[in-house]
Amino acid sequence: MNVQVEQKIAFSILFLCTLLVVVPVLIILVIIFVKGAGALNLGFLFEMPTNGMTEGGIFPAILGTLYLVLGALFFAVPLGVLSAIYLVEYSQETVLSRIVKLAIVNLAGVPSVVYGLFGLGIFVLFLGFGASILSGSLTLGIMILPVIITSSREALESVPQSFRIVSLSLGASKWQTIRHSVLPHALPGILTGTILGIGRAAGETAPILFTVAAFYLPKLPQSMFDQTMALPYHLYVISTQVPGIPETIRYGTALVLLLLVLIMNLAAIILRYQFRRRKKW
Amino acid sequence: MKKLIIETRHLDLFYGSFQALTDINLGIEEKNITALIGPSGCGKSTLVRVFNRMNDTIEGVHTNGEVEVLGENIFGPEADLIALRQKVGMVFQRPNPFPLSVYENITFGLEIHHSRSKKEFGEMVEQSLTDVMLWNDLKDRLDRSALRLSLEQQQRLCIARVLAMKPQIILMDEPCSALDPIATLRIEELMQELKRNYSIVIVTHNMQQAARASDYTAFMYLGNLIEFGNTKSIFTKPVQKKTEEYITGRFG
Repeated sequence: MNVQVEQKIAFSILFLCTLLVVVPVLIILVIIFVKGAGALNLGFLFEMPTNGMTEGGIFPAILGTLYLVLGALFFAVPLGVLSAIYLVEYSQETVLSRIVKLAIVNLAGVPSVVYGLFGLGIFVLFLGFGASILSGSLTLGIMILPVIITSSREALESVPQSFRIVSLSLGASKWQTIRHSVLPHALPGILTGTILGIGRAAGETAPILFTVAAFYLPKLPQSMFDQTMALPYHLYVISTQVPGIPETIRYGTALVLLLLVLIMNLAAIILRYQFRRRKKW
Repeated sequence: MKKLIIETRHLDLFYGSFQALTDINLGIEEKNITALIGPSGCGKSTLVRVFNRMNDTIEGVHTNGEVEVLGENIFGPEADLIALRQKVGMVFQRPNPFPLSVYENITFGLEIHHSRSKKEFGEMVEQSLTDVMLWNDLKDRLDRSALRLSLEQQQRLCIARVLAMKPQIILMDEPCSALDPIATLRIEELMQELKRNYSIVIVTHNMQQAARASDYTAFMYLGNLIEFGNTKSIFTKPVQKKTEEYITGRFG
């Protein structure tokens, strides 16, 4: 076959595959936007649902998801970053450290519904937190832990070894070296992991199903021991469990969930950009 | 004879089961330049890294024998690694400034040791950069990234970063191997300036550099110290046959 033709065919196949990845995403976004944009207004965002959720807003679900994401990050980011530091900077190549690393990889592959059951068993029942924001945040936190550990580890490992050597040679202690010449350069990568975590924590339904999410609550949660409504579960409820919900509300809810994740990601991306700029690579 | 600042007695060093240094007995004088030469793998870099215990960062290293730096046994139970590395600075093969500004590179060590108030930082930066002859070039660009400097300037900055710690000894591990010949000569000139106030130990694979720049030369081969003495006599009338073969270019 002619080399030119071969080249064209190969290029076309690669291009088509790439296109196939983009097309479904675009279609989903467009459909949700077109069908849901009509529902978007201040009342929808900031009011309580009324009339059996067929009217009014979805404020409690938005607030609940915000609480849950922030709660999950509160638990997962410090724990994940600190254990990544331990694994990269301190632990030697031992059987134990290999088992820990393997466990993290496997944790990432556990289906989310299993996290939900685990959270139900440990936090809701055994520790007695009940179905609450605390239980839900902890469950989501454990779910996103592997993402945060893995990306933090990669970020730490990508910091050139010479930074550590120079810092030590200037008389810095090991911890000072990590604190001053490793962590600052790893922060953008750590934030990338956090961004991925935000997306997962905000979107998953199964882990919050048994641990926190409420079908309908007439008032907002008062403390972290209260149940809350949350966007993904709310979306499931109004799409499948309650008849007669107008389509605009369903798609509007999906759109809000998407926008919320987008906004939180954007905040993290801006933060990451700030760190990168300060770095003067 | 000047005071000895580094003394090793029967120093052996092992990487795991591999012996990298064998029975090294060496005395290095203050405010001189001492060159360590020898073919690749002879242990010269390993030896220089003993003096500030940078070999500690490698797993499986252990040593026998005694090393005294500035009168203290650095492998003794009371040895203070952090204080040792403040007194014994190191300059590496490749210029390796942090990806920070020129100013922050110099103040890095000061911040870590809280040894100066922030007010004094400015003076220290000016002093250190003046000592390495960079102040006039960079005084208006202190907030620029150090990575945008030329390689020679970067290496000078790395030396300035060490000087800011007020060390007594400066270890240089092939400091010119990434530089062009002109920059190499200028760094050698700088070393001559620095030796008035500091003691310098330089590892080099470049025999001409050792001959030009150093007062004393140690020739190493396969982990052994073959010959040590006045640079002039090592290069003009070496005692050991191996030394003669090496400096006349018959191997290595």
